[in-house]
Amino acid sequence: MKPAPFEYYAPTTVEESLTLLAEHGYDAKVLAGGQSLIPMMNFRLVQPPILVDINNLPELAYINPDESGGLRLGTMTRHHQVETSPLVEERAPLIHSAMPRIAYPQIRSRGTFGGSLSHADPSAELPSLSVALDGKFRLRSRNGERWVPASEFFVGLLTTVMEPEELLVEVALPPLPPRSGWSLMEIARRPHDFAMIGIAAVVTIDKKGLCQQARMVFISAGERPMVAKKAAELLKGQAPTLQAFQAAAEVAISEEIDPSSDIHATAEFRRHLAKVLTQRALAQAFQRAVEERE
Amino acid sequence: MKTTAQNLFDLSVTVNGTRYEQAVEPRTLLSDFLRHELGLTGTHVGCEHGVCGACTVLLNGESVRSCLMFAVQAHGREITTVEGLGTIEKLHPIQEAFHEAHGLQCGFCTPGILTTVVPFLEQNPHPSEEEIREAISGNVCRCTGYQHIVDAIKLASDRMNK
Repeated sequence: MKPAPFEYYAPTTVEESLTLLAEHGYDAKVLAGGQSLIPMMNFRLVQPPILVDINNLPELAYINPDESGGLRLGTMTRHHQVETSPLVEERAPLIHSAMPRIAYPQIRSRGTFGGSLSHADPSAELPSLSVALDGKFRLRSRNGERWVPASEFFVGLLTTVMEPEELLVEVALPPLPPRSGWSLMEIARRPHDFAMIGIAAVVTIDKKGLCQQARMVFISAGERPMVAKKAAELLKGQAPTLQAFQAAAEVAISEEIDPSSDIHATAEFRRHLAKVLTQRALAQAFQRAVEERE
Repeated sequence: MKTTAQNLFDLSVTVNGTRYEQAVEPRTLLSDFLRHELGLTGTHVGCEHGVCGACTVLLNGESVRSCLMFAVQAHGREITTVEGLGTIEKLHPIQEAFHEAHGLQCGFCTPGILTTVVPFLEQNPHPSEEEIREAISGNVCRCTGYQHIVDAIKLASDRMNK
């Protein structure tokens, strides 16, 4: 229950951090809030030879409005800051609604937005929410920077497209289109634990009230945030009825998610929950879209 | 900032108002540093993976898990442990309320709960019962004594904000 020895660096500029990552490659691991990495180190599930602690980079902790009506979040923004930000509540209500469900107050005073995304736990909320909101991630390395859509960032269990010399520095969340609604539904045995299953839904309706676009992303339903594309296609052009929700849920749970069995729930039970939650989440998201139109 | 050849780090940290300068291994958890190096055994260690809340301390006034931080990360910062809240002669009002309302049985979880409740009552001086339960959701009590803990926090909030 104690971490293996490692070499510790605490850079004070982003450039210095990028240089360290470039120098040490796969040997170096970035330490952000540490609320997932340190438990894994305590259990010796991971034993990184070198830690690059980015907690002394205050310039990476911010929540800014952007011109499009969306948000820019610095990677080191603590969950508690996100949770209590009126700007996030106004511009990304889906994120705002999720924050109190993420672990416990003590974890949220330390855990970071970018850290949760980089850790890429498919049971965590933020990876799936960033996909549902069509977010974009800014990755920097000594050689420059690139923007990666959230939908392409997560490739597998705790695995992202980030190269070892890259650092996630910023997240851009676009505003929801007009006439949009959202919902986040989760089932956990105890509130604040990782969800047995969850779904984030974001929908947009046209002027007639028909579905123009839907995005459904599942939590704890596979090795990464699981996007139900076929179910979304099925909803397009449809009136938001219970029958349409049921049909979409059926496709999503039979063809598009891949939950596993563990001590908390069987895969079969997770599929069952996913079906129920999908219908509820779609009903709530469309309801919000209708209210927004009015 | 980098570790030396022997992989020791010159740590300078203020704990309960006293400044400590000490060389530590980077892998030393803050919880172990407080207990083993400084002898402040009021901070308890339960699960060591962030679930039980027994090791909660204040980092610059915010409640954090000391088992999910390396001591080196507290460099230049201020830590308050349960020993820094009050003295035997003069308990912190929250400690007094826990005493009076039977907010503890075995006491193992108590230091973590006290250090969670201090910033909570600063930010939310008049919490509802639901908010109190939410605030201590990250603290496990195995004597199943939550009801009295909630009563104690309510009593503390009433007294402190009269």
